[in-house]
This record gives sequence, C-alpha cells and structure tokens, in this order.
Amino acid sequence: MASGSTIDALGQFELHPIFGSFGEALRLSQAPLFMAISSAVVLAFLYFGMKPKAVVPGRLQAAAEVSYDFVRGLAVDTIGEEKGTAFFPFIFALFFFILAGNYIGLLPFSYTFTSHIAVTFAMAITVFIICILTSLRFQGLGFFKHFMPEGAPVALSPILIPIEILSYISRPISLSIRLFANMVAGHVLLEVFASFTIMLAGLGVVGDVLAVTPLVLNIALTALELLVGLLQAYVFAILTCIYLREAVDH
Amino acid sequence: MRLTPRFLLSAAAPLAALPGRAVAEGMPQLHFKDPLLQGQVVWGALIFIIFYLLLSRSALPRVADVIKARETRIQSDLDLARRARKDADQAQKELCEAREKASEDAKATIQSIRETTREAIRVQAEETAARLEAEIKSAESQIALSRNNALSNINEIASSTAMTLAERLIGTADEKVIAAAVEQAHAAGAEHVS
Repeated sequence: MASGSTIDALGQFELHPIFGSFGEALRLSQAPLFMAISSAVVLAFLYFGMKPKAVVPGRLQAAAEVSYDFVRGLAVDTIGEEKGTAFFPFIFALFFFILAGNYIGLLPFSYTFTSHIAVTFAMAITVFIICILTSLRFQGLGFFKHFMPEGAPVALSPILIPIEILSYISRPISLSIRLFANMVAGHVLLEVFASFTIMLAGLGVVGDVLAVTPLVLNIALTALELLVGLLQAYVFAILTCIYLREAVDH
Repeated sequence: MRLTPRFLLSAAAPLAALPGRAVAEGMPQLHFKDPLLQGQVVWGALIFIIFYLLLSRSALPRVADVIKARETRIQSDLDLARRARKDADQAQKELCEAREKASEDAKATIQSIRETTREAIRVQAEETAARLEAEIKSAESQIALSRNNALSNINEIASSTAMTLAERLIGTADEKVIAAAVEQAHAAGAEHVS
C-alpha cells in the first residue's frame, strides 16, 4: 500500500516466506499457498456441488455441471470428439486454475499468482511441450513439414522456414505474457487508484470529496478485472485447445 | 486544506514517483534469482499435477457420472413413455376394430331379423291370400251351383206359371206348347243376357 508520498504499486507482487523458517527452507511463499487455495476451492466446488447427485440439480450442482459442460464443449468442439475428451481434464484444470487464481487474487489481502511471469510461462511451456509431444505422436516426423508452408516457392524457404519456426516458438511467450501482463496491469491500476484515494482522503475536506473519484474508478475497475480474469482464463484455455487441435490433425 | 500549488504537487507526486520506483527496484516478477520465485514454480507444478490428477481421476468423473445417469434416466423414461403410447395406440386400435366388428354384427343381425320377418310376413300373406282364394272359389262354386239350380228350375216355374196364367186367361192350356214357348223364351233371354 501507499507509504509516505510514493505509491508502491509493485510491492504487492513481492513474494514473502510463509510458515516461518520452516516455510523459508521449503521456499514456500504466498504464491503456492494461493495456488493450493484456488485448487481446493475448485475441487470443493465440484465435490460439494455434485454431492446431491440429483437428477434435477440445485443451484450449486447446476453451476458445477454448467462449468463441466462449458469446458467440455470447448475441448470437444475445438479438438474433436475423441481426442477432445482425452485432453478435457487438462483443459479443465488449466482453465479453472487460472480462473480461480485470477478471482481469488481480487479479494482483499489475497495474492494473484497469475501475475508472475514465471508461473504463467511455466504453464505456457507445459502446453507447448504437450503440443510438440502430441504432434510427434500423431504426425511423426511429418510434423516438421508444417514449417514449410505448402505451395510456397522453394526459393523462399530460407526466409519462410525461420519465420514459421519463430512464430511457433513465440506461442508460449505470447501465451504467458498475455496473462501475466493483463493481471499485472489490472492490479497495478487498482493499487494506484486505491493509493490515490487514501492520499487524497488525508488532505482534508476537499480531499475527501476528491477521493470519491478514484474510489468510484476502483469499483468500476474491479468489475473490469472480473471480466478480464474470466476472459484471460478463457483465452488461455481456447488457445491451448487450438494448439492441440493443430497437433492432433493438421 | 486549500487547493494550493503545494497541494497539487503533493497529489501529483505519486504519478511521478511510480515509474522511477519501478525502474529502481524493478518488478518483483523479474527477480529470477529469488529462491521464493523459483520455489513457486516447483510448488506450482506440484500443486497443478495434484489438482489435475484429482480432477481427472475423481472430481470430473463424478460430474460425468451424474450427467450420464441423468441422460440414461431421461432416455429410459422416454422409452417407457414411447412404449406406453404404443400400447395405448394398440389398445385404441383394437377397441376401434372391436367396435366396428360389433357394429357390423349388429347390422347383420338387424338385416337377418328384417329378412326373417319379411319372409314370415310374406308367407303369412301368401297363406292368407291362398285361403281367401279358396274361400272365394268355394263361394263362387256355391253361387254357381245355386245359380244353376235356379236356372234349372226356372223353365219348370215359368211353365207352371205360364200354365196357370193361360188357364186363367183362356181356360185351357196345352202343356207341350207352353213348354216349347218357355224354352224358346228362355233361350232368347239367355241369348240376350249373354
């Protein structure tokens, strides 16, 4: 938060050891804590939601089923019936890991683990490696033919092949930076406007009146962040689906 | 506090301070040497794998089971309803057929009764007609007999009447002449009649 007359907008992304020296030895910070919380929330949502096993579902069960059907539809429609079903749990895990991370990170006193490039890049590189392995599994060495577009003049190959390879390799980078940058930008803005509110409120009556503006902005920003959090999780999941579709049948 | 240049400066200070601080300390996300930053990737991978395994082995199959059970249930209910409808259709068809058959039977019965009755009436009428015919015939023969009797007696009566008349008128009567005259008159009369 604000300290003195400066705004520490990036301090919220700092990692601190938890559970004392024991946690420090295990390199435990608030990031793994919130990853575990997010996963537990998603699992609890599914377990408690599906507990009644009702034919006519209640609210929570209906929500659990809708989320299941939504991600399943996403995977099956993009990748295909058979392979989409095989990849569905992975897509579901990715989507809800990111979504829960983004949303829980919006709560006060919490932490957004998707705002770390190391985390998002780890996820993106996992998707990238799975895509390459899937491509090799289903297409064999024919996979490498895609780096030379069909019908293009052979003379252009010295230019085309590096471009294609570069665009392929840039996928995990763009995938990870998109999520990371969106989350960082949103949280920096929230922090800056929150700091403005506090600083202006410290300036007396006029400041109190003026402080309303950043507060209102922050409320609107929170709504925007709810949209961004969902959208980024969706984008990550759908791009993974598209990459996997390319990997299974090209 | 009034809106002084000093106030504005202090309000604008954070904006100016922000980039400077960010550059000075850098983003914590880029401190790749931080053991906590490295640790979170390892922990994250571990948590994600556990999360994935729990989802794919336990949580998602539960949802799938419930959805599948519902689909099976709906399908079986639909099948049941379809079968019931088929049975009902069949029963209705049978009922219609039975009704048609009963109606035809009834028509046939009515027809046969009508025919029997008509036949009976006809027979009765014929019998009556035959009886009447016989009665008419016997009556006619009786009439003819009576008439013949009467006709056979007429000459005698006429002769005796003519004898009596002739005796009264002329005092004498030749029986033979009168009989011939009566015979002639009778013949003439019969000729006239026919």
